[in-house]
Amino acid sequence: MRKGFVRETALVLLPLVVVLAVMPWLYNNQLLLLNIVVFLVLAQGLNLTYGFSGYLPFGYVGFFGAGAYGFALTLMHTAAPPLLAVLVGGVAALLAGLVLAPLLRLQGAYFGLASLAAAEALRHVIANQDLSEITGGPYGVRLDVPFRPVLTYGLAIGILVLVMGLVAWLRQSRFGLRLRAARDNPVSAATAGIDVVHGRLVVWLASATAAGLIGAVYAWSAPTFFPEAVFDLSFSIFAIVFTLFGGAGTLVGPVIGVVVLYGAYNVIGVSAPKYFQLVYGLLIMALVLFFPAGLASLAVRRRRDG
Amino acid sequence: MTGLLRTERLEAGYGTMQVLWGVDLNVSGNETVVLLGSNGAGKTTFMKCLMGLLPSRAGTVTFRGEEITGLTTRARVERGLSFMSELGIFPDLSVAENIDLGALFRPRADAKRRAAELFELFPVLKEKRRQAAGGLSGGQRKMLGIAKALAAEPKLLVMDEPSAGLSPLFVATVIRSLAECRAGGLSLLIAEQNVKFLELGDRVFTMEGGRVHFGGTPAEIQADDGLRRAYFGLGQDDHVRA
Repeated sequence: MRKGFVRETALVLLPLVVVLAVMPWLYNNQLLLLNIVVFLVLAQGLNLTYGFSGYLPFGYVGFFGAGAYGFALTLMHTAAPPLLAVLVGGVAALLAGLVLAPLLRLQGAYFGLASLAAAEALRHVIANQDLSEITGGPYGVRLDVPFRPVLTYGLAIGILVLVMGLVAWLRQSRFGLRLRAARDNPVSAATAGIDVVHGRLVVWLASATAAGLIGAVYAWSAPTFFPEAVFDLSFSIFAIVFTLFGGAGTLVGPVIGVVVLYGAYNVIGVSAPKYFQLVYGLLIMALVLFFPAGLASLAVRRRRDG
Repeated sequence: MTGLLRTERLEAGYGTMQVLWGVDLNVSGNETVVLLGSNGAGKTTFMKCLMGLLPSRAGTVTFRGEEITGLTTRARVERGLSFMSELGIFPDLSVAENIDLGALFRPRADAKRRAAELFELFPVLKEKRRQAAGGLSGGQRKMLGIAKALAAEPKLLVMDEPSAGLSPLFVATVIRSLAECRAGGLSLLIAEQNVKFLELGDRVFTMEGGRVHFGGTPAEIQADDGLRRAYFGLGQDDHVRA
């Protein structure tokens, strides 16, 4: 195992997991804690595809919704246990990722908009009145599933470990180096013998599966929901902003993004809601102007200069 | 000298536009061949075809006695073909990562050893190994492109316009570096429009309109008045100082 992988895991992932594991004893807002882990997974999941292939899917929430509905429909129509239904949620998002894989032929804003349109299309299919018997349609779903806050929180942390472990591995492995080369200069990568399409597809599907799994856990923790709730564009926007704020392609960046911005969102949003949008907007503007590669780039700059 | 690379009646193009019209060319072991041609002559298309980045429409490519016409780029790299394109580095990655990428399909231990050798060959890159490649000067980028291509320990290094975007001073530095590689036993195929590179060549081919028109030694090309006018812009009584 490479030293860099062990170092990053020990310095970032391990302390984060320890903090998340003890937080329920220090802070009793279980929903907020779960939401933090959900956004950590979404930010790291988006980091997989944006940080390592350069594709920014505005419609990332589509995978989250697919996971939530994959979980819900499994429980509604089969006798499968919830844990299996969570896996089905991941598979549903993986299949959605496969169906949408041709979008990877597009570039930049075209890809972003096409993924957004695909997420909206999926939401409309699920919310279709004619499919009410199967999906619950516009009336949403009400699941009869046992409320297990400790299990769902632990499951969410487990998914986070898997996704962050994958990010840490990609940062140190030759496969990850190939991906970063293809993101940086696809033509040169192809001339070096790198299979650009294969690499992009792998991280795209991994990213989709991560969102699907956490979408399923989210659905388990809030078993009554409407299509609008799990296909809410805010999930995509938050995941993108958190990732860019902290630094895409790094392990610590999305964590910083979630801790600082989601923390600010909850602190300022509650204590001074009048100023929340203003403060949030100023923070993001300052970041884009002074640290376009994210806060984590500060450490990289210092290391490279030093 | 033994046969290393041979193309026979190679044809290629983009969509309805045919660019290469039956290119015959060969490179032997321990030989440097310069493919001379102006912009639009078809040199880059030929290089892409050699590396499997563009499928050929007809003809064959043979490398070290094996026909590689239908192979992927990776398979060609693994067999000892290495390509240095005009913009062949990764600016967001560090210098060391760029060199690692050159040896991507070799065992890690080999890649590490080779990187150490290349840092000895190009000390300026060693100093800057942790810097982003995008921060290097034009000449240093070219050095990095060469080092990256050499990291694979190729049998034949194929280069597309190594002088592009360089000042005359840096062109001389690049030629010096390539001469050292050549002295080490590496075979080179260099597509260029800068005649300075003729000093490296054992043989020269000229390409125009997607066809090879001349194959001979640098001395022969300079002895031919028509070719001298076409490529050197010189008359019968002028002499070339490479």
